[in-house]
Amino acid sequence: MASDVLRRSPLDAAHRALKARMVPFAGWEMPIQYRGIVEEVRSVRERAGVFDVSHMGRMFLSGPGALALLRRVLTYDPARVPEGQGHYNLFCNDAGGIIDDPYLYHLGPERWLVVGNAARWDIDVAWLREHALPGPALTLDDRQQTTAMLALQGPEAKTIFGALFSRELEATIPRRGCHEIELAGYKALVSRTGYTGEDGFEFVCAPEAGRKLWEALIAAGVAPCGLGARDVLRLEAALPLYGNDLTEETNPWEAGLGWCVTFDEGRAFVGRAALENARNAIQRRLACLRATERGVPRAGLPVLRAGEQVATLTSGTYSPTLEAGIGMAYLPVALAEPGTTLEIDVRGRLLPAVVVPRPFYRRG
Amino acid sequence: MEVPPDLRYSKEHEWVRLDGEIATVGITDFAQDQLGDIVYLDLPKPGTEIAQFAKVGEIESVKSVSDLFTPVGGQVTEINQNAIDHPEIVNRDPYGEGWLLKLRVSDPAQIDALMTADEYRAATES
Repeated sequence: MASDVLRRSPLDAAHRALKARMVPFAGWEMPIQYRGIVEEVRSVRERAGVFDVSHMGRMFLSGPGALALLRRVLTYDPARVPEGQGHYNLFCNDAGGIIDDPYLYHLGPERWLVVGNAARWDIDVAWLREHALPGPALTLDDRQQTTAMLALQGPEAKTIFGALFSRELEATIPRRGCHEIELAGYKALVSRTGYTGEDGFEFVCAPEAGRKLWEALIAAGVAPCGLGARDVLRLEAALPLYGNDLTEETNPWEAGLGWCVTFDEGRAFVGRAALENARNAIQRRLACLRATERGVPRAGLPVLRAGEQVATLTSGTYSPTLEAGIGMAYLPVALAEPGTTLEIDVRGRLLPAVVVPRPFYRRG
Repeated sequence: MEVPPDLRYSKEHEWVRLDGEIATVGITDFAQDQLGDIVYLDLPKPGTEIAQFAKVGEIESVKSVSDLFTPVGGQVTEINQNAIDHPEIVNRDPYGEGWLLKLRVSDPAQIDALMTADEYRAATES
């Protein structure tokens, strides 16, 4: 495929029909906004929104060899994830640097799903293939190009899910649970996960089922939401974004993701030794900063303390929910405490900011 | 796109209304639509001397930062504090309540260098 041709989502026609503004993202043409980022963020926080996330990577692993492969490449032991549950996870390299932050789902006996970032998917697929050793049977089934994925997020997501499927079903799916369902005559997967800090559901299904589900949600009054709103919502919830807050130069400890790393008896995984060493040598921490005057923190802007640059913002935006500018940066440990006052150099203007506890926003 | 006939327009998508020697400046409906939700305005202080077509400030939306240029030169007399406090007004009413600054023009003839409504509409629709 020519490198300058963008891939289109199975829901592409639906976005254009809603007059979405489309942008290139990780080799895909995706909607950045429909009605407007601020309105879309508000819809998710107050009611419900739906996102097309079909561009994300989706790898189904099955067979007796799947668990061993996953245990070798993931920092949070897959053996700890029961059937019908998911868990946030990390691929690390030998130096303990983060390669991606995939989500792992244990679908059933010897059946798993790994969802990775679109921008890292080629790397993720190569990483999985590279670490598959000969041995018990293992099937790797990359379904990124042949499935759709939607995220329904917001306080009313459960009511909408209950109306579209059933109240009984909604009540049986716990936070991070995953479940097979029937959708428009197709088998589909639903998980109670998301990237917004709200309750919600993510669906993986055949493209046609995805289109029907999208239509049904829009008809039910759910707001279509694009990548612009998605980035604001996740930052308000202090969820890291690979490429910004997480890179191969960051390790889980400094990123505040130590809870995703388990050192289980006899489990060798890529990066384990480096991570064991790095745990007690943390020099900087990913911290949440909130601007205390009008202005917009953005990734790449310098962070100053007493006139000296101490960090660079890894993420930043205006938060309509907090009505303030917010951002994240790796601060020297001594400055990473809430209450520390700093300044963000916004193209020559110094914007005062303060370190706040994470997350910026928490539901209820 | 709304393009009021009584205003003049710059190619950087600002509009100006001249009342005697006082000019009112803002951004066009096209500009606010392109920017998306505006969240921050950086405007020059009253008293500042500005030259025609110079960059005088910045307009920030959630996803981007845009330079603000002045379509005419002179001395800034007033800036729209209401818009500074509620930047969404610029999206909602770019030609009315969303005005950005007023200035005492140094040379009213500078307006001749700007496009008419018809010319601006043609330029943005192509």
